[in-house]
Amino acid sequence: MAILECRDATFAYDGEDVLENVDFTLNAGDYLCVVGENGSGKSTLIKGLLGLKAPRSGKIVMGEGLRSTEIGYLPQQTQLQKDFPASVREVVLSGRLNSLGRGLFYTRADRAAAAANMERMGIDDLAGRCYQELSGGQQQRVLLARAMCATKKLLLLDEPVTGLDPVAQNEMYNLIKLINLCDGITVIMVSHDIHEAVRYATHILHLGNRQLFFGTSAEYKQSDLARRFLGGNRT
Amino acid sequence: MMLAEMLSYPFLVRALVVGVLVSLCSSLLGVSLVLKRYSMIGDGLSHVGFGALAVATAFNVAPLAVAVPVVVVSAVLLLRLSQNSRIKGDAAIAMISSGALAVGVIVISLTTGMNTDVSNYMFGSILSLSTADARFSAVLSAAVLALFILFYPRIFAVTFDETFARATGTRTGVYNMLIAVLTAVTVVLGMRMMGALLISSLIIFPPLSAMRVCRTFKSVVICSAVDSVACFAAGMLCSYALELPTGPAVVAVNMLAFGAFALAGRLKHGK
Repeated sequence: MAILECRDATFAYDGEDVLENVDFTLNAGDYLCVVGENGSGKSTLIKGLLGLKAPRSGKIVMGEGLRSTEIGYLPQQTQLQKDFPASVREVVLSGRLNSLGRGLFYTRADRAAAAANMERMGIDDLAGRCYQELSGGQQQRVLLARAMCATKKLLLLDEPVTGLDPVAQNEMYNLIKLINLCDGITVIMVSHDIHEAVRYATHILHLGNRQLFFGTSAEYKQSDLARRFLGGNRT
Repeated sequence: MMLAEMLSYPFLVRALVVGVLVSLCSSLLGVSLVLKRYSMIGDGLSHVGFGALAVATAFNVAPLAVAVPVVVVSAVLLLRLSQNSRIKGDAAIAMISSGALAVGVIVISLTTGMNTDVSNYMFGSILSLSTADARFSAVLSAAVLALFILFYPRIFAVTFDETFARATGTRTGVYNMLIAVLTAVTVVLGMRMMGALLISSLIIFPPLSAMRVCRTFKSVVICSAVDSVACFAAGMLCSYALELPTGPAVVAVNMLAFGAFALAGRLKHGK
């Protein structure tokens, strides 16, 4: 059953269309990679899916009781201040904010969920450490644990491996694939690395200010578009 | 000995109670403001408060009753300006604060003339608190404290990562507004004792000091609060013993504390 449907959605800034006619359907358990060059509308689509930007026309429909506030979101690495004092535990726990509802404070269940997710990401021994003092790979795992706290169904990852060294990149890809396979959580990932995208994802969405391609990874590999982007080493 | 002597003056007790409460509020809010790069808002709002107090005095109405709503409204405006308009946040603050200062000075010179009042507003006076003022201040600061504690998880989320908070359904605009409004109330309550030019130091120094040493949000908040209250008490004691103006004495103690924390941080973290 469809967990997410984009029905001919068009997004505009100041009356100018930046992303036109996006139309695709995701089923529960799918792993979608969104690829495309800088400025092709990837970030705009993310904002649309998170409900931070309304489409000018068309529609985004969530299925299976998913709400846009229940998407586990891992933002693109922003320039958080170097000296922001926050422990790993505090950061991960803040992912449970959307389950507070009208409540004011985190409950024991929230703390247990945060602890469980830290353990799964292999960062439980860092719980008391300052987030800013961690390596890039560790920081991303902290943010992934926070995203996992915020969702049971859909993860939305905005360039989660950018800036990591190759070992950390691989770890991150494997963790995400594991979450996708073991927990059956649907994954949408924005990526620059088209080779890795094709390797891990089940579906590919290629954007260039409009929808250039949507289909399975296998179909994508056969397409002319992919041939151009993947370069000489076709598999 | 000296403390007992101090506490025998009712106006000093009033000043101490209000000062401790305001220091507490400003140090807590300051953590969020400093980390969100909103430090100058406190300074801007205190100038608006100066203008409002001057106008209130000129028309002979209760100063706090005028200044609190005026400054709260300006806080809301400042936040809106810095988020939506073409005028950047820091420029908007500079514009509003110098404008309010000018209006305040004009009103004062037209009515009472440039006298000690101006200096009292600028640099604070410990004699400015009436019993009614003190009661009003205590109630308002208790409200600020309560709101900060009740919304602590949300304030952390909005301070650390606003985009994530918004994406997971937190109404970040509401909480930014809450922080600005609480800051406005705190600034007005503190400025008559600390002075319009000095009140923002209560917002900025304690969090910065705490951040030299502490590395988690909760410990920074607690350390900042303790540091702020201790510095205020010490500053007031110094001002009494050495016959110094209270506001500047408190700021000077805060500066010393910052130096000590910076040194401690360097030793602890080896940087």
